[in-house]
Amino acid sequence: MHVNPNEVLTTLADPTRRGIFEHLMRDGELTVKVLTKRAGVSQPAVSKHLNVLKQAGLVRGRRQGRESHYSAKPQGLAPLVNWMEIHAALWRDGFDRLEALLKRMEP
Amino acid sequence: MTEQAAQTQSLVIERTMPHPPEKIWRALTERALIESWLMKNDFQPVVGHKFNFRAEPMPHWNGVTDCQVLAVEPNQRLSYSWNASGDEAKEGLKTVVTWTLTPVAGGTHVKMEQSGFRPQDKWNFQGAQSGWQKLIAALEQVAGR
Repeated sequence: MHVNPNEVLTTLADPTRRGIFEHLMRDGELTVKVLTKRAGVSQPAVSKHLNVLKQAGLVRGRRQGRESHYSAKPQGLAPLVNWMEIHAALWRDGFDRLEALLKRMEP
Repeated sequence: MTEQAAQTQSLVIERTMPHPPEKIWRALTERALIESWLMKNDFQPVVGHKFNFRAEPMPHWNGVTDCQVLAVEPNQRLSYSWNASGDEAKEGLKTVVTWTLTPVAGGTHVKMEQSGFRPQDKWNFQGAQSGWQKLIAALEQVAGR
């Protein structure tokens, strides 16, 4: 599944939805009941938000008995990872270590 | 410049180092030396050689970079592809790393250019970097608009 950065961003721009996702990121798997208690909105509203998060590849759900359990998919954030920033940091650190190595090496 | 190239961006890092090009070349091309400043690898300075860089896996990255040696001009220029691997290969990073060593008074000018970053490789929301807290801060700015 390929989700574009805009979809992930739009999905998380809603504060209630982002709150639900944050709880799942921090605490692991939670039931809809627990999420509803924390979110301070109705259970149907929470279920709707969870569906949007699921569409965007940010959560997964499973049913156990009468309860629905949800957990976060951190890899759903991958479209937001800024590779250019990460590599800029990687090479800057690399240059520092390269210079340290050159100092240690025989001439 | 082709339209494809116009849409991509390069990352350039350069520094003058008080060492001869020959010594820096060794640090860039000898497997054990590369590992000591960059990452585990199975590099060989042979054009066409395919190799990997391996780092600790992260949540959004399997830690493996697929590479192929593109150019070897001893003590002057070294170039290799730097691509996402495995499941991430198809949509992931496809870049080229080129090292250029130029002798200057008192040492060597070292230039590293990584070219081929596409717009989707550098999703840049108000300069925020990776990390959930920073992401949240950026999202709040977007949401507040």
